[in-house]
Amino acid sequence: MVRVGEPSIELKGRPLVEGQARGPLLKLTRPISFWGGVDPVSGLIVDPRHPEFELCITGTVLLIPGAVGSSSSSAILLELLREGTAPAAILMGKADAILALGSIVGLELGYAPIPILEVTRTDIVRFPDRADVCIEAQGRITVT
Amino acid sequence: MPLHLTQTERELLAGSSGEATAMCMRVVIAAAELLGVESLVEISSSHIDGCLYHGDGGVEFAEALVKGGGQVAVPTTLNVGALDLLHPDVVQADAHKTDMARRQMEAYVALGAQPTFTCAPYQVGHEPKVGEQVAWGESNAIAFVNSVLGARTERYGDFLDACCALTARAPFYGLHVEENRKATVVVDATRVPVTLKSRDVFYPVLGTWLGLELGSEISVIRGLPSTTTRDQLKALGAAGASSGAVALFHVEGVTPEAPTVESILKSDSDRPVANLTDENSFAGADLVRTIELEPHGIQAALERLSTAGDTERIDAVALGSPHFSDLEFRALHRCLRGRRLGVPFYVCTARDTLSEMDAAGISKDLRESGVEIVADTCVVVTPILEAKGGVLMTNSGKFAHYGPSNTGYDVLYGSLEDCVESSITGSVVRNHEVWTW
Repeated sequence: MVRVGEPSIELKGRPLVEGQARGPLLKLTRPISFWGGVDPVSGLIVDPRHPEFELCITGTVLLIPGAVGSSSSSAILLELLREGTAPAAILMGKADAILALGSIVGLELGYAPIPILEVTRTDIVRFPDRADVCIEAQGRITVT
Repeated sequence: MPLHLTQTERELLAGSSGEATAMCMRVVIAAAELLGVESLVEISSSHIDGCLYHGDGGVEFAEALVKGGGQVAVPTTLNVGALDLLHPDVVQADAHKTDMARRQMEAYVALGAQPTFTCAPYQVGHEPKVGEQVAWGESNAIAFVNSVLGARTERYGDFLDACCALTARAPFYGLHVEENRKATVVVDATRVPVTLKSRDVFYPVLGTWLGLELGSEISVIRGLPSTTTRDQLKALGAAGASSGAVALFHVEGVTPEAPTVESILKSDSDRPVANLTDENSFAGADLVRTIELEPHGIQAALERLSTAGDTERIDAVALGSPHFSDLEFRALHRCLRGRRLGVPFYVCTARDTLSEMDAAGISKDLRESGVEIVADTCVVVTPILEAKGGVLMTNSGKFAHYGPSNTGYDVLYGSLEDCVESSITGSVVRNHEVWTW
């Protein structure tokens, strides 16, 4: 029997910022502060104490259990959008206005915003790392 | 329930106060909607964290507001920028960055905000009263204004803080709402030795533990001395807001909303029962519990604040995150007693505090000892330290947290006294006895 494709999982997130995106999943095992944690020019995780230190978030569907730390993280997301080094989308275990604001202000300034979705803690464990993730309108998520 | 706007809010959105305020209203509304909030709340003060240069996008935002005729609608202070405008040579940035950083700071002043350029506005006269609704940015300032002053703010990030200041509105949710300010966990510090609890060096460690252990959960700490100082509470909150997302903590008998543990603890009747059976909710966090502080937990938090291992040498010292207060300056002055320092030694503070220290003759003495006083900014947000790297010693939990990623230096945590004694010769002096428990 020929396998046509990998089995996919359909999930639903709550859109904090609406949009469509597709990319490989990068699943962070600890919350992260974008300020001090991510370099906006390279898109690399630069906090040496973070378990995913030195991985690049650019173009990924970034799954983070939660945001921590500085209220400057929205500014770092705005710079990531401006530099073209942003993730394709962000999935968050807990809604966080600070990060979403970066995308909302990006829209006001005419940069391409990225979708940001809240997903439940139960769903987070269902995402296999490096899976291909597709995000569509109304928070529809397909994981392959 | 969709977001309800008042007549005035609809007019602001339609441009009654100009395009900049209308744009700010759109951002406030977008934030309120994504948070599922039903109304906005009027605020009476703001602290804007947006004048620190992270890239040209932040400058474009601030200048768009100026171009749109924006003015803050409430008393507003400004957080640190990326430059020391009083001592321009301190920061070693390239011409483009220096120019953009200056434009960003000037844009916010043009919007009518006060040029305080400090992460500790509460030390330069910006002190909202208990129960007052405000919109503050900068994580340590948020923790302080909520916890120590008892005013009410959520964690505002860059942009939303400015949008709140221009519209005098914030989404009415989270810590703006009285019921949400109750503690769900009691942290019992009764068994921590009194000698340790009386030392300043304990508080950044306690804050680090709090952030790691509780994230953003609200705690009430029992068993701290009634004499706990504002500087100690400032250090606690700043560390907790760095290692976790602490935006509010209570201290029994010390902070204004917690005369007793019972008065601020969430009771069973406050708890939304429906959530307990909903597997998709975070109901577990609503169960009131008690955590007793243990020596191993405090030790682990202490160790986390140093990345330099068993180093015997330090290359620099940085103090003043949050910005040094007048009392901290006086303590440093006493500790130093006019001795000459052997390694670069930076103290970061607000320009207003610096002018007080100038008037008192303290900054002159400190400079003669070799202290470099940095105003308007700080060493972890902009290039001030020599780029060669090495070991940076600090008494600040926040510097210890952000130092390695933002400066490339390893960090060594110690008390003010440890930092001063180590900096005389460059050889590490640390009082370990204080941690005996």
